[in-house]
Amino acid sequence: MSTDTHAAHAGDHHHDDGHAQSTFSGYMLGFVLSVVLTAIPFWLVMSGTLPSKQITALVIMAFAVVQIVVHMIYFLHMSPKSENGWSMMALIFTIVMVVIALSGSLWVMNHLNSNMMPIHEMTGMK
Amino acid sequence: MSPDLLKFIFGRLGIDSLPFHEPILVGTFVMVALGGVTLLAGLTYFRLWGYLWREWFTTVDHKRIGIMYMILGIVMLLRGFADALMMRAQQALAFNGSEGFLPAHHYDQVFTAHGVIMIFFVAMPLVTGLMNYVVPLQIGARDVSFPFLNNFSFWMTVGGAVLVMASLFIGEFARTGWLAYPPLSNIGYSPDVGVDYYIWALQVAGVGTTLSGINLICTIVKLRCPGMTMMRMPVFTWTSLCTNILIVASFPVLTVVLALLSLDRYVGTNFFTNDFGGSPMMYVNLIWIWGHPEVYILVLPAFGIFSEVTSTFSGKRLFGYTSMVYATVVITILSYLVWLHHFFTMGSGASVNSFFGITTMIISIPTGAKMFNWLFTMYRGRIRYELPMMWTIAFMLTFVIGGMTGVLLAVPPADFVLHNSLFLIAHFHNVIIGGVVFGAFAGINYWFPKAFGFKLDPFWGKMSFWFWVTGFYMAFMPLYVLGLMGVTRRLRVFDDPSLQIWFVIAAIGAGLVFLGILSMLMQFAVSFLKREQLKDVTGDPWDARTLEWATSSPPPDYNFAFTPVVHDNDAWWDMKKRGYQRPLMGFKSIHMPRSTGTGIILAGFATAMGFGLIWYMWWLAALSFVAMLAVGIGHTFNYHRDFDIPADDVIRTEDSRTKLLAGAK
Repeated sequence: MSTDTHAAHAGDHHHDDGHAQSTFSGYMLGFVLSVVLTAIPFWLVMSGTLPSKQITALVIMAFAVVQIVVHMIYFLHMSPKSENGWSMMALIFTIVMVVIALSGSLWVMNHLNSNMMPIHEMTGMK
Repeated sequence: MSPDLLKFIFGRLGIDSLPFHEPILVGTFVMVALGGVTLLAGLTYFRLWGYLWREWFTTVDHKRIGIMYMILGIVMLLRGFADALMMRAQQALAFNGSEGFLPAHHYDQVFTAHGVIMIFFVAMPLVTGLMNYVVPLQIGARDVSFPFLNNFSFWMTVGGAVLVMASLFIGEFARTGWLAYPPLSNIGYSPDVGVDYYIWALQVAGVGTTLSGINLICTIVKLRCPGMTMMRMPVFTWTSLCTNILIVASFPVLTVVLALLSLDRYVGTNFFTNDFGGSPMMYVNLIWIWGHPEVYILVLPAFGIFSEVTSTFSGKRLFGYTSMVYATVVITILSYLVWLHHFFTMGSGASVNSFFGITTMIISIPTGAKMFNWLFTMYRGRIRYELPMMWTIAFMLTFVIGGMTGVLLAVPPADFVLHNSLFLIAHFHNVIIGGVVFGAFAGINYWFPKAFGFKLDPFWGKMSFWFWVTGFYMAFMPLYVLGLMGVTRRLRVFDDPSLQIWFVIAAIGAGLVFLGILSMLMQFAVSFLKREQLKDVTGDPWDARTLEWATSSPPPDYNFAFTPVVHDNDAWWDMKKRGYQRPLMGFKSIHMPRSTGTGIILAGFATAMGFGLIWYMWWLAALSFVAMLAVGIGHTFNYHRDFDIPADDVIRTEDSRTKLLAGAK
């Protein structure tokens, strides 16, 4: 909104890299990929091709992760060079934080579940 | 009017929601109303409304926003401390069959409000205010990256504070403790508005905090002056960067947890209930994933302040700059790996508890490294015991004690004995008061001359210092003793008369802290009256080392007429050593952001929406939400966002400074 306010002394902060992929074909490729990556999980669930629900769920999770990567590369223009590497650094930090929070919570809640839940509830939860 | 219509307009709000039956609250209300009316009448009489609106409320100047954050923090400190005094008095009196003077449902609100206010509306505004004021000056920038956003963030924080204050006289506040654990905070056990006040106050203020975090990260990354590489940034800027990264990474967790709790309360989901697969333990887990980083959000900037103060008042470069930076970064990461130590006793078992116990002990290593760096900075330095340095010494002594009791609590078996006891209360007050509060006071005394152009009065400053420090020790050392004897937190009455003496001592300590706070207010008043004697014309009253001291006190709107160029750490010290000459000509017009009232209007609607949601006035909530969208979209069509300070004005400002400097020599 107002970075131009500081244009006077921001001379060395202007870089064109990181915008390399913001072309029409880049956006189209990203769009097609994300549509395909969304359609496949729908098809998997609706047709029930895979033998068990658990495998289906895991495959969908895998597609979701790929989807995130596609969005970041084609829509958010993530590359090791963009913003002098700050974007990549922020991404790595975010991933570390998310992994800590998710895996930590799963670990902790799993322990709490096995230690603290009354027996009858555990059988009831299956 | 029909009851249906009344219910539609006022939701749950009725005459009986107003606390006429509470003499303490009625008395407080009368006092507040009288004070408020006097203030408003005074502002009107002296025709200050236009001035306040134009120069302060709508300003996008990071310096004025910083000052407003500090005022908010100090005002809310008075409210939070009034709660503390009431608790100390209640606990000192409620022995030998006495019930004290606070009924249970009021006492429970008091301790909840005390915690919420002190963390969210005292510590956070003080820390954010100092960062807002100092960081752009330290990196040689003219403002933050997003000046309008900065104004908006401030008013959202105020909106949250307004909701908490409103709960005092309209309805009631939560009776759940400051983190509102379910199932107690769920609709079944807290059906009234208290928890809803809690939720919406924090959600509104949380938007402000998150946005100001993004703003300051962007400022530090993008707007450093030429030559200021990352490893030449002042340590306060480094700790601010890490703090804001923590804010941006952790506050969304709080937002989501509170959103899930509101879903439980408003639409009957079962995320945190006991039935239907819900788990209250998940709430505890998630809120501490935010809550532990929050502790470091508060204390890291304080560490930065102490670093600046120690090197300035020892007349030496900071010892171990690189290790200080790495210690800060390591603390930033580690602060995400310790959250479970807040609930060792919930039953995770040996492996989980030992993992989090060990990570907690590890985090004391970088903190210890910092402590030694400060000590080595002082070693063989020419130390000047001015007020900021006095607060720093008090911090070092106090914080080490708090740190050691923290490591003690990090041992899971010890925690099983001490969990939720007054030992824990003593520990976290020891680190928060000894670290964050002393840090904020060091920062206020250190940067006040920069912000206002005159130093703070040392006599009343020292009064405040000694009352605070002795009061702190008298108030909290007895709690360690009581905690070791097994007294748990949040108790209202006691059976064992032998405990009373400790509570009486603690209450006297709280009284001393009260005198400390009064002395500080006195210090502000006296300094204002003696401002000609205490005047600083040089812009560098402490012979300091970082860039904020290179400009005048108070700095001009544009901070620096020319963007400084940095060649070394401690840029200003380096410039002084190399015989830097202030440029006297060649000034150009300066491009600046323009003030806007959009921030305060948006925040006003957000607060109204919160109020509507709290009282089930759905029309108000919907209307304010739509209004917020409309104003937000409308603001995107505002193209008058900037202006140029003409070169003549810059020349006039700089010439008057040249005259002042010449007079000083």
